[in-house]
Amino acid sequence: MSNDQQKYLKKLKLRKIFILICQVLIVIAFLSLWEILANKNIINTFVFSKPSKILETIINLINQNNLFNHIFTTLEEVLISFTLGIILGLIIAIILYEFPILSDIIDPFLTMINSLPKVALGPLIIIIFGANIKSIIVMALLINLIISIITIYNGFINIDEQKIKMIKSFKANKYQILTKLIIPSSYKTIISSLKLNISMSLIGVIMGEFLVSKAGIGYLIIYGTQVFNLSLVMAGILILVIISYILYKIITFIENKLIKKF
Amino acid sequence: MNKLLEIKNLSKNYNTKLGEIKAIDNISFDVYDQEFLCIIGSSGCGKSTLLNILADLDNFSSGKIIKNKNLKIGYMLQDDCLLPWLNILDNALLGLDIMNLKTKENINYVKGLLKKYGLEEFLEKYPNQLSGGMRQRVALIRTLAIKPDILLLDEPFSALDYMSRLVVSEDVANIIKQEKKTVIMITHDIAEALSLADRIIVLSKRPAVIKNIYNINLEGNSPLSRRKAKNFAYYYDLLWKDLDKNV
Repeated sequence: MSNDQQKYLKKLKLRKIFILICQVLIVIAFLSLWEILANKNIINTFVFSKPSKILETIINLINQNNLFNHIFTTLEEVLISFTLGIILGLIIAIILYEFPILSDIIDPFLTMINSLPKVALGPLIIIIFGANIKSIIVMALLINLIISIITIYNGFINIDEQKIKMIKSFKANKYQILTKLIIPSSYKTIISSLKLNISMSLIGVIMGEFLVSKAGIGYLIIYGTQVFNLSLVMAGILILVIISYILYKIITFIENKLIKKF
Repeated sequence: MNKLLEIKNLSKNYNTKLGEIKAIDNISFDVYDQEFLCIIGSSGCGKSTLLNILADLDNFSSGKIIKNKNLKIGYMLQDDCLLPWLNILDNALLGLDIMNLKTKENINYVKGLLKKYGLEEFLEKYPNQLSGGMRQRVALIRTLAIKPDILLLDEPFSALDYMSRLVVSEDVANIIKQEKKTVIMITHDIAEALSLADRIIVLSKRPAVIKNIYNINLEGNSPLSRRKAKNFAYYYDLLWKDLDKNV
């Protein structure tokens, strides 16, 4: 390796370390400023709580053996709605692709449902599906499904016409066109829809938990609000931030693995 | 010579929102065994439509196509259309796979072709690891794999740069000659048509009618050497005058 190349690599590495240090410093500065302002009574600790109190709340939750229960409940709901969303999204996208007239017919309805704030349907969902996990899953599905369908379907219809002509010249039937060309071609689109889907599922699940739940992070937050335990609310939000970050990282990791293998 | 295909009074109309478009008007010609037939015409003249009709990918409005019931037609498009997730061998076998003809014998035939035309080391490689010319060769072998009686080539070199075009057309001509195939190729490049064809049909602009049919007699047994033949310029001039220029 030449000297210049080594210097260049070193520069890249230093840059990476610098970015990491800055990120850690920002977190520390933010937390300490919050703590100090709270201790000096400059901000209202009843509303804003403070980092040490939030940490205390989290430790309490762990000791009462509750925290992981809440986390798992939320994760379970996210996973169920995520899987259902992807499978149903794929199936519906295939149906729409195979029957273009159908896709033209339901186009305005899809747009309508897509632009409707799904939370407005919340009370209705509870009445139909009851105050249980079903309602939460339905809520999450309402939010992630339409996006999945639209993303995957757009992948399908953007496939190179020439390739379709090529495969048709071998007298391929509809099923063969779908399995040998359309689905493998949309592999990348389907994978990137996973990413969208996971964040949508989390939004939907938390929304559902706000409306109706006995456990979960959303429940912690809403319960904390109702009893004016703002430390609990902050703890819930903090845990949620961490969960969504980790889920996102996991999906990105899977995405990279799958695409590389391709 | 043995007639493989007879096209009689073929016409094709398109219906669009803005009205009916006549794409092909009363075209008749024959295709003979092992000939290299080029169809040239300016872009948009309906020559691709003609090829789609011959490949059974499009219907026609009136006329007749007389052919043997078992006549197999292979179609090679402008783009190599290789599938990026399949390796070279699987790409070459795609047609056989779809037609349920993936027998041991046919697989060996394809492997033989790949080997014969310098792709043996690339069987396990993926399309993006190959040069444009090699990819085009794989696309041709994919078409040859189903042992077609007639090969339809739709401007097969137009996606390549000029240098590769010359080299690949040399390649393709060589393969077609060795495999003794009958070819119908469409192009808008006069020189390319002259360097390859035994016969050239000139189509007018839309609606396409046959303006002229030329038998080409050029010295040389490869596209490059034919480009240097004495009467190349003579033919070029004839065809140039025939072609409708819509610039």
